[in-house]
Amino acid sequence: MQNTSPAFSENVATALHDPGLQRALGRAKKPFAQVRANAVAKLPEFEALRDTAKAIKDHSLAHLDFYLEHYAAMVEAQGGVVHWARTAADARAQILAICQAAGAKTVTKGKSMISEEIALNDYLAENGVAPIETDLGEYILQLRDEAPSHIIGPAFHLNREDWEASFRKAHTHLDPDRVFAEKRDIQAEARAVLREKFLAADVGITGANFLIAETGSSVIVTNEGNGDLTQTMPRVHIVLASIEKIVPTIEDTLSLLRVLARSATGQEFSVYTTFSTGPARATDLDGPSEYHVVLLDNGRSNMIGGEFQDMLRCIRCSACMNHCPVYLSVGGHAYGSMYSGPMGSVLTPAIFGLDQGHLLPNASTFCGKCETVCPVKIPLTGLMRHWREREFERHLTPAPMRYGLGVWAFMARRPALYRMATRLSAWGLGILGRKSGRFRWLPLAGAWTRDRDMPAPEGETFFARLARQERGA
Amino acid sequence: MSGAGAGQAHQRAAILSAIRHGLRRGALPEDQAAMLRGRMIAHPRHIIPARTALDHAGLIALFTANAIREFCTVAQIPTRAELPRAIADYVRAQNLPMRAVAAPHPALQAIDWAQEMIEMRFGRAEPSDLVSIQEGFAGIAETGTLLLPSDATTPTTLNLLPDTAIVALDTARLFGPYEDAFDALRAAGAPPCHGMPRNVMLVTGPSRSADIERTLELGAHGPRRLHIVLIGDDATAATG
Repeated sequence: MQNTSPAFSENVATALHDPGLQRALGRAKKPFAQVRANAVAKLPEFEALRDTAKAIKDHSLAHLDFYLEHYAAMVEAQGGVVHWARTAADARAQILAICQAAGAKTVTKGKSMISEEIALNDYLAENGVAPIETDLGEYILQLRDEAPSHIIGPAFHLNREDWEASFRKAHTHLDPDRVFAEKRDIQAEARAVLREKFLAADVGITGANFLIAETGSSVIVTNEGNGDLTQTMPRVHIVLASIEKIVPTIEDTLSLLRVLARSATGQEFSVYTTFSTGPARATDLDGPSEYHVVLLDNGRSNMIGGEFQDMLRCIRCSACMNHCPVYLSVGGHAYGSMYSGPMGSVLTPAIFGLDQGHLLPNASTFCGKCETVCPVKIPLTGLMRHWREREFERHLTPAPMRYGLGVWAFMARRPALYRMATRLSAWGLGILGRKSGRFRWLPLAGAWTRDRDMPAPEGETFFARLARQERGA
Repeated sequence: MSGAGAGQAHQRAAILSAIRHGLRRGALPEDQAAMLRGRMIAHPRHIIPARTALDHAGLIALFTANAIREFCTVAQIPTRAELPRAIADYVRAQNLPMRAVAAPHPALQAIDWAQEMIEMRFGRAEPSDLVSIQEGFAGIAETGTLLLPSDATTPTTLNLLPDTAIVALDTARLFGPYEDAFDALRAAGAPPCHGMPRNVMLVTGPSRSADIERTLELGAHGPRRLHIVLIGDDATAATG
């Protein structure tokens, strides 16, 4: 997909005035938090498991070179092939070479964010291999030529009428007057169309949630079963995974799985959690005869040992975006990257460069909700703050913001002036906003109040109240 | 086997060297590497949810309750001799033809299916198969999850292609947490892959999706129905 992160401000304006998107966001807002809270409440060990999950990922990253080599040796011991890819271009070329060697015309794909990251579909199509997305959400996005707006619910920004219209347009072999009485009729049509694709494909490409060093296994987690059909039916299976997916053992994986589904969809466990280890064995009755793993770096090794290493713990559950007030107001497309919400705001500049992604770490109120729900305890707001500092140092911060920060810094260095100014404005705004407690419009803040209210101060500054309380008043 | 030649060696070396540069060290010293290898051989467990500490009857009850919550149906019969009847009853109740493809597993092949007029084929599933019968390796009570490994007697396609999937499982194969089931799998396997067959599916209910307006619908790409027949003479018959 095309990265449009530099146009974040324009994207936000579009998103806030898109009634279809706002309807979809309204539908998701409450359930996102609710389902996770319910699942967490049912597992008393959940909080302790978050510490375990963090420790497992920290241990894996501290010995990443060792575990990668062990993993690769285990894959190869079982007849699999490991391809190391430093860049997106390397990974694309390696995958195309495997497809061409297999004489592949069509390739089915399980959901993979890495595949979006390296823009694999366009590249394969340009080179004569037709990629077919099989996750229901990814499938309709491919039909509509859209990017995913959420890392696990890629099409959650669409409404039912969008699905019906896209299917009528794409599935021209079916009766044009057919009726979609229920949502399940839409799903049934996709099932029937895609079943043919699963059976015809020469190569299946999946991502991986985890790579297990102990056994050389790749693990995928799905609810639909599309990933399993993708890796079982074709003659060749390609696993496309980034290097930080490595964990040492099956037991480590199981602990991470206990926090993954609960944090993601609020399920206790996903429907299909599948461990793949090499190609079909001599006596197996099914399974692929070739098993390839493409191990992608694409900037991650540079994050090791630096201030952004914590981000490599991410297990892509989406809890941070599901609880983010900014994400839930503008959706995923506004971020202009396949990685959106708080995790995307940290990861996008790391992978695509600060020039591309520098606006995203500003898309946060720093309310910190993302950190409190993150199953691997990534300090997301701290990492966004690091990016903001680098943005400022590199003079990428937009001029009005630099000017505003300059004014603020001038005041902040003069406490008496600062307190007087804040006291005056708190007092004035407090009186003006006394009636409703908020402003629907404020001079010089039109951009703010156009899409949300400004809460009115209570008439007193924090310092004034503190001083009053210390005096015992 | 390794990916294409010198270019690959170069990419591998570059990635490993970048990681080591970040970690501010060279390749891991041998004593530390030995320690990590020891950790993989011991594969220590972490926190195990207390809910799984149950006696046998408790495991059956928790497994059944969780599987039903995940939209499975569960039946329990005292011995394997009742399996054809239990499956025939279920297939008839779904208005499906009395025809199925079953895992070529000795425990299923030893059964006289003809007594219930079930037309049975043993092998992998084909796209035209409507009903499959798989032999379960283990059931995990923690979340009502089945552990289904691939091998010559239990092909993976049985778990995926038919609309209706039936799994026969001895209650002796029920475990509390996932870790217990994987210990059983490790015990059944051999090096170098630590007992890992090519494919191990953990299945929790029938296939589903909520991609369309967040409404949960069963039967996305895999089976629409998952029926589990527990075999063991203990506890009362479960229904769901």
